[in-house]
Amino acid sequence: MSVFRIAFKNLLRKRTRSLLTVLGIALAAWVLISLFGFNRGYESALNRDIDNLGFQMLVTAKGCPYEAATLMLKGGTGLRYMKEGIAEDIRREPEVEDVTPMLMQAVFDPNKGESGGISAYLGVDPATFPRLKGKLEFLQGGWFERADAREAVLGYEAAELEQREAGDYLLIPDKDVEVKVVGVLKRTGTQDDGTIFLPLRTVQDVFGVDGELTGVGIKLRKDADPAGFENRMYALPDVQVVSLAQVKTTIMTLVSTAKVLVLSIALIAILIAVVGVVNTILMSVVERTPEIGVLKSMGALAGDIFRLIWIETVLLCLAGGGLGALLALATERLTEVLVRALLPFAPSGGLIRIDAGLVLLTLGVIVAIGLLSGVYPSWRAGRVRPLDAIRSEVE
Amino acid sequence: MSPAAAPLLVAEGLRRVYRRGSESIAAVDGVSFRLAEGEFVAFVGPSGSGKSTLLHLLGCLDNPSSGRLEAAGRTVFDGARPLAERALTRIRRELFGYVFQRFYLIPTLTVEENVRLPFAFFKKAGAEAGVEPLLDLLGLAARRNHLPGQLSGGEMQRVAIARALVNRPRILLADEPTGNLDVRRSEEIGVLLRTLNRRDGLTIVLVTHNPGLARLADRVVELRDGRLAPPADSGS
Repeated sequence: MSVFRIAFKNLLRKRTRSLLTVLGIALAAWVLISLFGFNRGYESALNRDIDNLGFQMLVTAKGCPYEAATLMLKGGTGLRYMKEGIAEDIRREPEVEDVTPMLMQAVFDPNKGESGGISAYLGVDPATFPRLKGKLEFLQGGWFERADAREAVLGYEAAELEQREAGDYLLIPDKDVEVKVVGVLKRTGTQDDGTIFLPLRTVQDVFGVDGELTGVGIKLRKDADPAGFENRMYALPDVQVVSLAQVKTTIMTLVSTAKVLVLSIALIAILIAVVGVVNTILMSVVERTPEIGVLKSMGALAGDIFRLIWIETVLLCLAGGGLGALLALATERLTEVLVRALLPFAPSGGLIRIDAGLVLLTLGVIVAIGLLSGVYPSWRAGRVRPLDAIRSEVE
Repeated sequence: MSPAAAPLLVAEGLRRVYRRGSESIAAVDGVSFRLAEGEFVAFVGPSGSGKSTLLHLLGCLDNPSSGRLEAAGRTVFDGARPLAERALTRIRRELFGYVFQRFYLIPTLTVEENVRLPFAFFKKAGAEAGVEPLLDLLGLAARRNHLPGQLSGGEMQRVAIARALVNRPRILLADEPTGNLDVRRSEEIGVLLRTLNRRDGLTIVLVTHNPGLARLADRVVELRDGRLAPPADSGS
């Protein structure tokens, strides 16, 4: 008969107490796994979203709105331009992997909504933009092929708003120019969903801004130093640099604050679980003092008793950790829904990422906590003298 | 039984003093005693006479305050320094099996598992082979898969005796083994102890209040106030 079996059977003696202790540990493990899962999932989802943007940096003319939403707020005005040659200048920088020139334009559309609205168009280079935005997927059709084609690609929401499909024609108000819709994108969860993409030369031609750009998207090499590169970009005349690494850092800082709070709660949960384990094992040791004495009278050394009680503690922690891991896996979706409801910004895709490595790591942490919390009760049990058993019997 | 052979236990002037505040109480007061291999000895006496304390000292469960104790030719206590708990455990493993008034069976282990319990900590060579005959001898073979809660008091004490014997001790020490049993079960246990002594040559030291049980022993030793009382016929 092994000491493991004796330890396991001992835990079955007070089933309710053992079960409650296991539940306490399971709750702590559940919180811990979900938290670590969120930590991994959120960061990778954010990275994925930023990767989907295709470039990590955007250079625009100083003061130029670089988001469609800002442009709308400004009533489609306030655009500022850079010369087209800047894209080539930037491309020559050694840290740059690729660039894509862009030109944003906006017109008032009297037929939009009840009292009209702003329609924004983003002119993109068909040679470079699809390459940088390789993760964009099409619901219908594909990219335009010529830089001066009278064609358009609609983001998912733009297509719904304009009620257009591939093959339909779209009128650019105020310019009396019709473009053919050649593609509709799948939903991305980014501002691309509301964008109408046109070839760069078409936008320059239709809106009369030849040789001008409003932005240049930049993809850096993997070994590049984004902060150093950003500083060098500011040396260019009259430009502003929007670094997505900065945006990511800002979001991660916000999320880190929330994580610290949740981690504190997890630590409290672990502390409560540890106290529960120590209490359970200590009570068990006190109740079994005479029995431990008898075990020693039959040849058990202090180390044997220490091992027996320690194993009981570890078994409790393993059971609790395992149950907590199952709970975390079973409620992964529910946790994600709750986290999304609570977070000010949540990237698209899975926010909680629980894998075997994480489960094993958490089990390791829980068992380590169990080993630590079992030291005192086990040491105390090991010190019981056989005579204590007999004395308590006499008393 | 061979009283001429070297004694298994030799106690000379054994004392055990407890302190309660400023008061010293000698629970065992200068007891000298020899136990031969194969003997069946019963300690009797009124409550508080020191018989259980003497059993604990002889069984290396406790260190004496003074005196001298030898077990199987080895000096356990020489009147100077008490042995460390670890050293006492090693002597206990080799020599003794213990039976107490209460059975201390683990309720979630079966009869057989309870009997094999000492093996989790220590197993003498060849002890494994003795389990089956022991279960048969104690009438527990048919109950091997039962839990203690499904047994009578007598059966539980038989399991405790089997557990004490599973590592083949040279001496069985029994402290009030029938204290929790009715008359019939007490007789059963008495007969069993007698059989173990007579048939298997097991050395037994027993503490009891039960005169019927004491009568089964080869030698009855009476204690009074921590001392050995003179034999009943010595004063007549």
